[in-house]
Amino acid sequence: MIRWLKLILKSSLSNSLRAVADESIFETRSKQFARNYWIGSCLITQSLNHSDMADPLIVTRGLTKVYRMESYTVAALREVSLEIAAGEFVAVMGPSGSGKSTFMNLLGCLDTPTGGDYYLAGDKASELSGDALAAIRNHRIGFVFQNFNLLPRTSALENVELPLLYAHVSAQERRSRALARLADVGLAERADHHPAQLSGGQQQRVAIARALVNDPVLILADEPTGALDSRTSFEVMGLLQQLNRGGMTVVLVTHERDIAAFASRAVSFRDGRVVSDERIAQPADAQAMLGALEVAAA
Amino acid sequence: MTWLASIRIALRALRVNKLRSILTMLGIIIGVAAVITMIAVGAGAQAKVEDQIKSLGSNLIILLPGSVTSGGARMGAGSRSSLTEDDAYAIQREIADVQAAAPALRGIGQVVTGNNNWSTVFFGITPEYFEARNWVVASGKGFEPTDIAGSGKVVLLGETVARNLFGDSDPIGQVVRVLKVPMQVIGTLERKGQSLMGQDQDDVILMPISTARNRVLGGNTAKQRSVRSISIKIREGANMAESENEMRRLLRQRHHLQSGQEDDFTLRNLSEVLGAREESSRVMTLLLAAVASVSLLVGGIGIMNIMLVSVTERTREIGLRMAVGARGRDILSQFLVEAVTLALIGGLCGVVLGVGGSYAIGHFAGWRIKINIEAVTLAAGFAAVIGVFFGFYPARKASRLLPIDALRYE
Repeated sequence: MIRWLKLILKSSLSNSLRAVADESIFETRSKQFARNYWIGSCLITQSLNHSDMADPLIVTRGLTKVYRMESYTVAALREVSLEIAAGEFVAVMGPSGSGKSTFMNLLGCLDTPTGGDYYLAGDKASELSGDALAAIRNHRIGFVFQNFNLLPRTSALENVELPLLYAHVSAQERRSRALARLADVGLAERADHHPAQLSGGQQQRVAIARALVNDPVLILADEPTGALDSRTSFEVMGLLQQLNRGGMTVVLVTHERDIAAFASRAVSFRDGRVVSDERIAQPADAQAMLGALEVAAA
Repeated sequence: MTWLASIRIALRALRVNKLRSILTMLGIIIGVAAVITMIAVGAGAQAKVEDQIKSLGSNLIILLPGSVTSGGARMGAGSRSSLTEDDAYAIQREIADVQAAAPALRGIGQVVTGNNNWSTVFFGITPEYFEARNWVVASGKGFEPTDIAGSGKVVLLGETVARNLFGDSDPIGQVVRVLKVPMQVIGTLERKGQSLMGQDQDDVILMPISTARNRVLGGNTAKQRSVRSISIKIREGANMAESENEMRRLLRQRHHLQSGQEDDFTLRNLSEVLGAREESSRVMTLLLAAVASVSLLVGGIGIMNIMLVSVTERTREIGLRMAVGARGRDILSQFLVEAVTLALIGGLCGVVLGVGGSYAIGHFAGWRIKINIEAVTLAAGFAAVIGVFFGFYPARKASRLLPIDALRYE
């Protein structure tokens, strides 16, 4: 108990400046988020030092995915057992064909495993029906894709509103919540721009706003910087780091070590198995690197 | 997701490929317009038949004398002279539902005026004849009671006769000789056109029944009062069969026929013949509509084709929508609404084109058309049904995609 208090004190000291900044950015967010934020702040420090004490958000037990071709079978994922605590920032790495994408798709409830169990926030997702999985994707998970996957010829605002449309939220509330999320990613004044009128970095920020709009518990980012230059990559990673500091659990798939360095934990896959799982003691700070880039440019 | 939102999404998707959407709609537009136009033309033709029936009198019964049997050879209806003027008056008087019973004599003869002549049919009639057979005096005047009673030497000319004898000049007041009997033209009859059997109903002259009997046909003293036919008009809404039975009973009694004896007269009900005619034009309308609906069906297949292309093209969009929480049924309704929107817009354009086209045909071809609200509603409704029917398969295909397969689709 004393240790807990010490931890909280420590975290509030070390993060006090940032916390103030985060608060101002996310002051429009719901109460739930505010709660997550404080819990999250605690969990970050916890997970750095005492991950075994954390409440796991994601649990996989012997998760397996086998693709059946006509004449042979391919095991894309072989009995992966992993736990990810709420508030972690995990980078999933590995060469192509290692199973990292398959793992992501299963975490995102976009695909169903052929074996093993997957629990997300206590729900056994590996046993749910298609409609229930759709509800989980809608309410619990926010996706960020490599190629942004924004609807063309549709305004940024309407793109961000999309998850709320399927959550049966009223038009008025959709609009106000989507505008708030766009403001969070610094694109409030571009709400009526179409994707084609936005830069790659801006498009990815719209996609992040869309991922956040229904207050998920997990952000799944699949190579979110794959189509961006280093400057905008830092921007996007900075945004993800900021979210994570606010308590959001982020799982990031990447094959670049530089990008994985922004995470607090790196899990490597090879041939459908986890080959390494390590903490990153000192994650790189994307905001600082962006600042350095600007100094260099000046 | 609300219906309004679905329709907005559908309209946006249709706007993206304007030309393609319009071409797809064209199938439905042509189909709906064809159905409406064909039904309008068919219904117009049907209405024309109905009008012809009305001009003849749909509630008309014609009473003819029975046949004569002469040396074993029966001579056909009307060969006897068993009907009299008094039978007509009795029918008029004693049968409640009879509106008019008009006795008539009939003859064929040459009509001459100046150096012009024309062979035609003449009828000797009483004033009831106008009512029973729907004749109207177009110009001049009708017969006076004194003409009817006193064998007045006056005639009314049918339009064809007037044209053939007098051309464009006014026949009223002129003298014509009917079978060498000079008579004055006191008026002309309004045009009736062809009968349903293709006869020219206007090739006729009318004269008082007494004139025909006494001056033209030559009186047969034995059969002073006999007539060639009695036209009976039954009141609107009355039971024709019942009136016919009453008439038959009355005549048998008047003609002193025993219960075993055959009728010495024939009753003819024209509405049966005309009813068959009307039926055939109705069948024709149905046939036209059926042919037109084939094009509507083809339009529906066009919608299905384009929706299948659309689903394939937008597989990634479907994947994304599923990733952010769309359920299978959300995707199904999105594509179904899109197909129905396509069909309904096409249907409405088709209604406009069909109604406009019908009026254009009526105007330029001079055909009679009749736009039927039920047919218009039916065609537009059918378009929507086609949208649902042909949109369902592509929409279901879209809704059954696995999210990951749709997202990864190249």
